[in-house]
Amino acid sequence: MKKLNRRSFLKGGLAGGAAIAAVGTSKQALAGTHNFGGYPDSMGVLVDLTKCVGCRTCEAACNKEQNLPEPDKSFDDPSVFEERREGGLPRRTTEKAYTVVQKYDVPGREHPLFRKVQCNHCNEPACLTSCFVNAYKKTPEGAVIYDKTVCVGCRTCMVACPFYIPAYSYSSPTNPVIKKCIMCYDTRLKFGRPPACVEACPQEVMTFGKRKDLLKLAHQRISDKPDAYVDHVYGENEVGGTAWMYLSDVPFDKIGYDTHLGTQPIISYVKEFLGMVPMVLTIWPALFTGFHLLSNRKDAAKNEENKS
Amino acid sequence: MGGRKKTLLGMAALMLLTAPLAAQSWAAEGPGTVELGSLANYYSAVTFDHAMHTGVAASCAECHHHTTGLAPTDPNCARCHKAGDKANSVACKSCHSDKRFSAEDLAKIEGNPQLHHKGKLGLKGAYHQKCLGCHTAMGGPTGCQDCHTRNDKGDAIFHSGKYAPAPGASDGHGGGH
Ligand code: SF4
Ligand code: SF4
Ligand code: SF4
Repeated sequence: MKKLNRRSFLKGGLAGGAAIAAVGTSKQALAGTHNFGGYPDSMGVLVDLTKCVGCRTCEAACNKEQNLPEPDKSFDDPSVFEERREGGLPRRTTEKAYTVVQKYDVPGREHPLFRKVQCNHCNEPACLTSCFVNAYKKTPEGAVIYDKTVCVGCRTCMVACPFYIPAYSYSSPTNPVIKKCIMCYDTRLKFGRPPACVEACPQEVMTFGKRKDLLKLAHQRISDKPDAYVDHVYGENEVGGTAWMYLSDVPFDKIGYDTHLGTQPIISYVKEFLGMVPMVLTIWPALFTGFHLLSNRKDAAKNEENKS
Repeated sequence: MGGRKKTLLGMAALMLLTAPLAAQSWAAEGPGTVELGSLANYYSAVTFDHAMHTGVAASCAECHHHTTGLAPTDPNCARCHKAGDKANSVACKSCHSDKRFSAEDLAKIEGNPQLHHKGKLGLKGAYHQKCLGCHTAMGGPTGCQDCHTRNDKGDAIFHSGKYAPAPGASDGHGGGH
């Protein structure tokens, strides 16, 4: 997965889709149907990256809270910070780890900067709008959750998410589903309690509260200590705003944040992309049948080979 | 990276016990060591050497923000809390809640119109940020287990020690990508 392709895929899809599906669907009509604007009293988390010490207690707490499988390495093993995936990028969220802490050695900064990554629980989530079986839901509390019994494992949301969050479970070939952070909705958020990672963090790097209060708090922290922070609350406006927001002393583009996402929800591309949905729904069964036939034919060919 | 929590807890304990100190005679009157254990869960309590720390800190306010009867030095607190009011106690716990994440405390914070109360650290965060902040700046110990030993419950949640994943059990990739 290279950097550009989700947005360009959607935009490209839009262009291609527009050509095919311009048929009678006006943009306004689509916007009206798919307006998810943020809930006024939704909760959020303000993450102060200047306080994170990279202890990974949050990862351990998430693993336990979400009943995730045993990790590959102990949560106190710092060698994970050096792991690199394709393109030299640090590790990202997986089906076994809904949150991961990344380490950045920033030139001129005395200590490394640690950054906790998980779903940002967008106000207008691209994963949600891109999902053609409606597996996703944005709850009034602010969490973006999904129904795994509805998910068909098509991975459109993986492509749509601007933060590369949803991971795909390969371990269950019979029921492949998307897996991601749900802001501890089932066990905590819906009961008014903060996520497990927030509570476990020894440094209280994360402040849990109403998103609108956290925004004020974030700006006050910046104005109280202008030397300690860059003047940017990441997630305030990015892709239409996210429930999880970040303060940093290092410009965000130096520590792996995409600062070119713009303030428009990805949904607005997706909305147009959604113009393709009727077409998608029409052609997908045919496509899947095609794949199925193809693989059967391959199996049949293999059987033939085995026989001979 | 196991030792950081410990450090912080230790400092916190220290703070809890130093409430009755007078500004001038604090070094003489402060406790020798303090057992910081009210939050102990995955780690043992911290035995905090208060006497040693009073020797290295320039003043009580470095850790306590204020001393009894004086206004807090933190400008956020000093906006409202003047000498003789809430600043009467120097115990960390009297301002930093040890139940910061309980539904009750969260409701209280929600109901409080003061923005700085919404951002106020709980006891765990106050300990760790104070202790680790200073230890990092002064070159003190910063590993979790430098200050508090992780217990069996802690080993279990960290999948460490006897709960460590078997080596080579996986290819090192979480799957999914
Ligand atoms: S628990 Fe807190 S300090 Fe530790 S890595 Fe996670 S966010 Fe950072
Ligand atoms: S960060 Fe990605 S997965 Fe999470 S809500 Fe936003 S679009 Fe969806
Ligand atoms: S909010 Fe819950 S699910 Fe999400 S990273 Fe934190 S502990 Fe894991």
